[in-house]
Amino acid sequence: MRRNITAYGFLCGALICFAFFSWYPMVWEVVLSFQQTNFVDPPIWVGLENFVTVFEDAAFGPAWRNTVMFTVLALVFGYGVPFVVALVLNELRHARAYLRFVVYLPVMLPPAVGVLLFQWFYEPEYGLFNQILGFFRLPALDWLNSTDTALVSLVIVSTWMNLGTGTLIYLAALQTIPGELYEAAELDGAGVLKRIWHVTIPQTKLILLVMLLLQIVATMQVFIEPFLLTGGGPENSTVSVVYLMYQYAFNFGNINGGNALGVMLMIVLMVFSAVYLRVSREDKS
Amino acid sequence: MPNLTVIPESPERPGGSGPAAPAAARSARARRPRRKIRQEFRTVVSPHQLTSRHGRVIYWTVLVTVVVSFTAAFVFPLYWMVTGAMKTTEDLVQIPPTFLPPRFTLDAYAEAWELMDLSLLLGNTALYAGGAWLFTLAIDVTAAYALSKLRPVLGKLVLALMLATLMIPPMVIMLPAYLTVKDLPLLGWDLLNTPWAIWLPAAANGFNIFLLKRFFDSIPRELLEAAEIDGAGPVRILWSIVIPVSRPILGVVSILTVVAVWRDFVWPLLVLTDSEKMSVSIGIASLSSQMPQNVLIASLVIASLPTVVVFFLFQRHIMAGLTAGSLKG
Repeated sequence: MRRNITAYGFLCGALICFAFFSWYPMVWEVVLSFQQTNFVDPPIWVGLENFVTVFEDAAFGPAWRNTVMFTVLALVFGYGVPFVVALVLNELRHARAYLRFVVYLPVMLPPAVGVLLFQWFYEPEYGLFNQILGFFRLPALDWLNSTDTALVSLVIVSTWMNLGTGTLIYLAALQTIPGELYEAAELDGAGVLKRIWHVTIPQTKLILLVMLLLQIVATMQVFIEPFLLTGGGPENSTVSVVYLMYQYAFNFGNINGGNALGVMLMIVLMVFSAVYLRVSREDKS
Repeated sequence: MPNLTVIPESPERPGGSGPAAPAAARSARARRPRRKIRQEFRTVVSPHQLTSRHGRVIYWTVLVTVVVSFTAAFVFPLYWMVTGAMKTTEDLVQIPPTFLPPRFTLDAYAEAWELMDLSLLLGNTALYAGGAWLFTLAIDVTAAYALSKLRPVLGKLVLALMLATLMIPPMVIMLPAYLTVKDLPLLGWDLLNTPWAIWLPAAANGFNIFLLKRFFDSIPRELLEAAEIDGAGPVRILWSIVIPVSRPILGVVSILTVVAVWRDFVWPLLVLTDSEKMSVSIGIASLSSQMPQNVLIASLVIASLPTVVVFFLFQRHIMAGLTAGSLKG
């Protein structure tokens, strides 16, 4: 009994913080999405009206399309590349500390710094990227100002800032593979590629799957890149779900619409989270 | 092949540190013929392939390519940033750009410091990060200790609820969390533009609870029971036994918390709207369109220095936290 009282005495700070800033908002998110509130009068229950409002918004389709496109493109660059980079780094016997440090450096910059830095690089006339293209006699691009390249430009920033995380996690995973496995495979006559296919990939399968799910959940919440670089433009070509959610709450004065979008995103992301939970539990058993 | 696998030596360094870490003993042996490629760690490419003439050529080609391309991709942009801030606005729009600034000057840095009031912004951010650090340690360490060692009734449920928050992406609940901070339920306090809006939500961190509890679980019971027999109460045990033996994990949690608060953008964007209270990321972003290009770049350099220095000093802790995060189950 006394033990319980002491224990809850120790827990009370955490319980208060979690209750106010995690558990309560989670529930309130769902409640608000079915209400119409102005925070002066008592809230009115409106059923699915908020969902209908956001669904009929001209930016709704583009927001989801862009978010999915952004996630897919970020996976193409940000998922496979770190694994290959980690594989190569793991073979190197020199400059490892330097390479590990350097690849993680962008991750340590505040995201606002990375994004504003790239804004300068993307400058159409004298920006670094068009200068480099010019140096190789390639045509200049419009980067953030063209509907064709704006989304890809955001993916490049995001990948540059986040590549280090995946690389270092894969590298740590590669280092846990027992060398005997490679030796056995070699004795069986497997070449380098076959060793990767039959030893490295099965041995890191779980972490590869976990990282896939984590990355999907992380990139689907893209916000800061469109917020700082494009404002969702040009022509809604970079508006994302979270950005639209922010606009509903702070620019359109319809926080309930924002909550409706939040609930939709929550449902989508919780599917991935549930798969992630399943995967990591299977690993334990 | 004496040493084939990398085993985490301590909770502080789970596997991620690689061959560089326990190298001291081996390097004397391995470095004798200076150009020899070290091969204590068996990886995909066999030592035999690595030392053949053909293999060595490939190895050095790959090494040079990787070093050059990494430097170009990750160091050059930062070089361009640091030197860009040393150029005048006229130099910056020059085509083609100069690789080195024509004159060495720190004027833009001084101007950024003045115009954007960076001392205020950096001071604010330090206050937010420092306070978040204290609250996180005080609240999460006691909670994890209670869940791990005191094991109260419903403790399992509380832990599950705390870990469940990891499954809810933070962006998704940002609007209701903002409303909560604006008008705290039951109490009616408005925490907007106060440090509490950063400090308290930072402490509600399921991942910290997870890391700390897992570490406390590994502290042998006998150690605590011995202290209990000697008459030490739970507070005394936490303070004199658990905390001293948990230094590595406390280091990881501290660094992760401080860096997370320092880098955060969306949450301070919502809750710190007053320009006197802004964190450095928000302050710079909100002023970015009104500043001359070189001043803006200088402010970016100044804003990134603290985290880069922290990374330089605490690399090991940061990478340990990273791998612990990915391998959680």
